[in-house]
Amino acid sequence: MAEAEITLKVQRFDPTADRMPYWQTFKVQLRPGMTVLDALFEVLNHQDGTLAFRFCCRAGVCGSCAMVIGGKIRLACETQISQFVGRGDLMVSPLPHQKIVKDLAVDYTHFFDRLKRVKPYLVGKEPYPEKEYIQSPKERQPINEPIDCILCGSCTSSCTMAWTNSDYLGPAALLKSYRFLVDTRDTVPDERLDVIESESGVWRCHTQFNCVEVCPKKLNPTEAIQRMKIKAVKRKLFGKRRAKK
Amino acid sequence: MFYHKVLVIGGGLAGLRAAIETAPKVDTAIISQVHPVRSHSGAAQGGVNASLANNPQAKDDTWERHAFDTVKGSDYLADQDAVEFMTKEAGPCIYEIEHWGCPFSRTDDGRIAQRPFGGAGYPRTCFAADKTGMYMLHTLWERSVKLGVPLYEDRVMVDLVLEGDACRGVVCLNMGTGEMESFMAEAVIIASGGSGQIYGRSTNALISTGSAQSTCYMRGVPLKDMEFVQFHPTSLFGTNILMTEGARGEGGYLVNNQGERFMSKYASKVMELAPRDIVSRSIQTEINEGRGIDGKDYVHLDLRHLGREKILERLPGIRDLAINFVDVDPIEKPVPIQPGQHYTMGGLDTDMNGATKFKGLYAAGECGCVSVHGANRLGGNSLLDTVVFGKRSGQVAAEYVLSKNAFKEGEAAVNRCVREARERIDGLLARKGTENHADIRAEMKETMIKKVGIYRDKAPMEDALADVAALKDRYQRITVQNKGKGYNLDLVRALEVEGMLAVAEAIVVGALKREESRGAHSRLDFKERDDARFLQHTIATYSQKGPVITYSPVKVTKYKPEARRY
Repeated sequence: MAEAEITLKVQRFDPTADRMPYWQTFKVQLRPGMTVLDALFEVLNHQDGTLAFRFCCRAGVCGSCAMVIGGKIRLACETQISQFVGRGDLMVSPLPHQKIVKDLAVDYTHFFDRLKRVKPYLVGKEPYPEKEYIQSPKERQPINEPIDCILCGSCTSSCTMAWTNSDYLGPAALLKSYRFLVDTRDTVPDERLDVIESESGVWRCHTQFNCVEVCPKKLNPTEAIQRMKIKAVKRKLFGKRRAKK
Repeated sequence: MFYHKVLVIGGGLAGLRAAIETAPKVDTAIISQVHPVRSHSGAAQGGVNASLANNPQAKDDTWERHAFDTVKGSDYLADQDAVEFMTKEAGPCIYEIEHWGCPFSRTDDGRIAQRPFGGAGYPRTCFAADKTGMYMLHTLWERSVKLGVPLYEDRVMVDLVLEGDACRGVVCLNMGTGEMESFMAEAVIIASGGSGQIYGRSTNALISTGSAQSTCYMRGVPLKDMEFVQFHPTSLFGTNILMTEGARGEGGYLVNNQGERFMSKYASKVMELAPRDIVSRSIQTEINEGRGIDGKDYVHLDLRHLGREKILERLPGIRDLAINFVDVDPIEKPVPIQPGQHYTMGGLDTDMNGATKFKGLYAAGECGCVSVHGANRLGGNSLLDTVVFGKRSGQVAAEYVLSKNAFKEGEAAVNRCVREARERIDGLLARKGTENHADIRAEMKETMIKKVGIYRDKAPMEDALADVAALKDRYQRITVQNKGKGYNLDLVRALEVEGMLAVAEAIVVGALKREESRGAHSRLDFKERDDARFLQHTIATYSQKGPVITYSPVKVTKYKPEARRY
């Protein structure tokens, strides 16, 4: 085991120099506990200083290093490489359908632009109370899951509806909208529903569940989107929701 | 050339909080190496301290008690006026973030939940499960979106523009294009985080290299108290990923290979909830004396008795980390942990307003040093530091800019600086040596953790100083393999190493000269605290020959230094 080696096939592309992406092969000696991110650093430090990839926390919380590893979108920093030993070359490529800055580093501008369109912030009742807003553990329950999104972009870049329609908000932005829609402290549900039931909103979701399959935090954007569809329909049938106190 | 009245360097908690304060008053922009939500603040887990008295066991908690715990925890090196300011502002700052959307965990009556933490007399650490930093970070980024604060991301600050006694702006490398960019400003707030990656066994993010901090230092901004480096007691064996202090706050045990809760020998009253310096030393002593698990460099963090439900509700994040990185489910098995470098108590020397000795230059958060943490920071006080002093430095910077009469004075200085930066980097790229900067970095990390770690002694530290000097010499002969423009990690990481070596030198020299044991600085050859000689801050000023060390007084208000027992 100590002497095992793995062959990485990494997709390379420098938009200022290359016409097309290509694959490059690197051999990396395995160490116990080595992650795919460790292996990329091994390549950068000792084999090819031109390799580009994003990284930061190396503990699965910052969302920098989502990429396609062995055919599946994963976070490089929390993917143990030993699981791929004996399964042929390990293919590593950037998040699909994103503009490439270089090699494995993609441009997140469009991803964050989509996010900004859903008012990604709480609009609480003002003037603010002297202390905190009161929210019981039961009232917090609906946001427990959606607040765990780390904005790594895996879901939106695996969503075929987001591929074909660059206006579609996509699962990450819609999950963010949901997170505020179900927060008992928020006061603008109608403004949020106006955005998500628009042409680029929830109705573009065709429930393929790609987002659920790839989410490294095991979240369920598809379910959140369906719940928002129900809210949008209910509003159509029963009129505007009154803002909460 | 870009121009904004206020530039905030860093998009973590301190930087975002500062920008949120200045943006409504004066034109402000954030410059960051990564997108704000990627910042290392997001890795903070356990919580943030404020004497809200929401926990039934903390009914009579007050800011004064929080201040006392902080000063005692700091081994009396903190400036007490600054600590009083921080603990008084804690409540309002936490409520503010809650109003902006931070999803704190809740008590049964719907208030912000609080848990016990090390070195604190009351359960006063407000938490959001065990991902408090991430939720706070997302909340502040969301607020900055609401305010429309412009963001320049993928920028590495490579130089600070000073002219006389005033700051004029910064020079950045745009990682995306590889071009050098100049930014002129009336005020600059450095909020670039700590420099933990100087050490091996660090819990810090890989970008926590202190590159902006070292750039300021090498341009003449003094560093304060850099020898005080915090080791977190519980980081995962192997990867040194953080296992929150909240795990012990919720009742977790530390156990050696005899199955013994060894903290009874070191802090019998508070056990696992002693301050971090004491717990880390205790674990290291157990390991050094052969009571590590299987004779290895780790002990166990045992959470099994907390039960499945509590672990899933209160500590879900560290459970996932333990499963992913060491294949241990804390519900079923104890987690292998060892102390890991965690926090830089020292930093750019500032006053209570985050102001440095240069007009218009401020620092906030881990990259600065007010000092509120002194020789040892209490858990839950770093997130507090970021929001209180992020806000304060923002207020003061905005006032400074609004009081100015003349604007855009620095154009010539900025242009000169960007030329120099270009020449410096072209020079670096042209070097053709045999050395690899990644190897130099690895050796520096090894030297620092082995020789300037939890326990310190004169001879190993002198070795470390010689090692750093040798590494600096070797650095002159590196080759940056990648000569390209776009996203050149090879170049960025080479630049980082230069700054890290300069700061490492300041750490070692400060540690050698401080002939006492205080807080996280624990010397085997000077085992006692020496208030007569060293109740003062170390100030390191950069020079080509190495740091010049002077001392400045500690502000004592009402808490007279006494022996520190837990």
